Amino acid sequence: MEATLTAPHILQPAKTERDFRTENLSIYYGTYEAVKGISLPFPEKSVTALIGPSGCGKSTFLRSLNRMNDEISGSTSKGSIWIDGVDINASGTDVIKLRQKIGMVWQKPNPFYKSIYENIAFGPKYHGVKGKKALDEIVESSLRRAALWDEVKDRLKESALALSGGQQQRLCIARALSVNPQILLLDEPASALDPVSTGKVEELIKELKEQLRIVIVTHNMQQAARISDFTAYFYLGQLIEYGMTEKVFTNPENTMTQEYIMGRFG
Amino acid sequence: MKAKTADKIATFVIVTLALLIVAVLAGLLGYILFRGVSHISWDFLTSAPRKIRAGGGIGPQLFNSLFLLVLTLLITVPLGIGAGIYMAEYARPGRITGFIRLIVEVLSSFPSIVVGLFGLLLIVNIFGLGFSLVSGALALTVFNLPLMVRITEQAFRSVPSQQKEAGFALGLSKWKIVTTVLFPVALPAIITGTILSAGRVFGEAAALMFTAGMSSPRLDFGNWNPLSPSSPLNPFRPAETLAVHIWKINSEGLAPDAAEIAAGASAVLVITVLIFNLVARYFGRLIYRKLTASRRMN
Repeated sequence: MEATLTAPHILQPAKTERDFRTENLSIYYGTYEAVKGISLPFPEKSVTALIGPSGCGKSTFLRSLNRMNDEISGSTSKGSIWIDGVDINASGTDVIKLRQKIGMVWQKPNPFYKSIYENIAFGPKYHGVKGKKALDEIVESSLRRAALWDEVKDRLKESALALSGGQQQRLCIARALSVNPQILLLDEPASALDPVSTGKVEELIKELKEQLRIVIVTHNMQQAARISDFTAYFYLGQLIEYGMTEKVFTNPENTMTQEYIMGRFG
Repeated sequence: MKAKTADKIATFVIVTLALLIVAVLAGLLGYILFRGVSHISWDFLTSAPRKIRAGGGIGPQLFNSLFLLVLTLLITVPLGIGAGIYMAEYARPGRITGFIRLIVEVLSSFPSIVVGLFGLLLIVNIFGLGFSLVSGALALTVFNLPLMVRITEQAFRSVPSQQKEAGFALGLSKWKIVTTVLFPVALPAIITGTILSAGRVFGEAAALMFTAGMSSPRLDFGNWNPLSPSSPLNPFRPAETLAVHIWKINSEGLAPDAAEIAAGASAVLVITVLIFNLVARYFGRLIYRKLTASRRMN
């Protein structure tokens, strides 16, 4: 099935240094093809939403972007993921360096069993930042970027597990930001949060996209419409439709997309 | 029967069973302490035993038990944690790991007398280590290592997998994740395992009779040179532990107060295990708090 393109110019962008896209990416679990040859660009300063019914391969696709599927035994992939002109899906890629460029946040907040401060300082320390002052600065700026600083600045030494769910999720975003990534992958980051916390996280995503590219998997259609610039609709491992969010939501080319968005299917 | 009635009966049965177990344990513990505590004195705890006359103590035996515990833990804790981490985080699930797990389980259910005789043959005679603390520690390793491996593996497996994912996504190496993200979370369970295996060291007699020996040389508690034969710290000397001593005086004690000594030594053994438990838990909690910045152990 050919993907219906409502913004075809984006699929063949000029190959620049700041390029981030997948090319014919397929992902297998054993012999099962979970993602089938997907080419998708992720433009700068934008939020790309991946939508589709459960089991459509969008989360698998997201996890493959920072090679997290490597950690699942039996998972293999074909095709390319281009970042800054380099195919990071090639064997021999230094995944440790790569993952510093690409932060990730999951559905369920997963702060380390450490203090709030240590949660943020841990990554930078490991990657070579030395000195209390430098670390203090990273902790403060990361927490500020995640809109959490004012709530936790007086209790940085306390356990991160003592925070509320919404705060924990913003802490996880701050932790991802601490190593200064260029790309942020979000796997249903607000689906376990209450409406107020969800609002905060969405606000945060809008602010962060000024500084980096964001790819978000969501089951919440309103959320996708609210915060994303581009939307990709996945079904059974295939890309059915991709385009500007406004276009996909108001006037999709494909009737399957329309039915899914209208809630008649999926 | 109404659901409510069934519920009431079940609750009653479960509570009764729990109370029965508590009563048995309390009775046993109370009996040992009641019979033995009156015999415990500073002199009893520090002086050497006497063969024929009354008034002997258990000083060397108490020291031997504690020293043997330290030696055994020095062998089993690093090996057990290392192997447990391998099983939980590095080994690919398959036939080989299944086989290792099977061996580990068989090993831990060996009868202790078999381990003792095996130790006598292999460690004491063939390896030529003689009746010594080291031989005893190696024999005890046969029981304790499987326990440590199992418990470490379980402890690491029970850490939520999202913790590992978070570490990978930050670009941490696997080793760094294991040591600094997973280990602190697994620590409370590992400490519990260490305490359990330590209890076995204190209580074991059969496996030690033929490996650590049933006598102690005259120890000079002023000589701390670990190479000297009369030094308490010499790991290559024979060493009768408290549990072995209790067995010995009960079965072949010649002193007129043998029964009192056995009772006192039993009480000391129970109290020592209790103190070790509390101290180990206290330090474990301290380390856990330091590593995780939390207030309590969960």
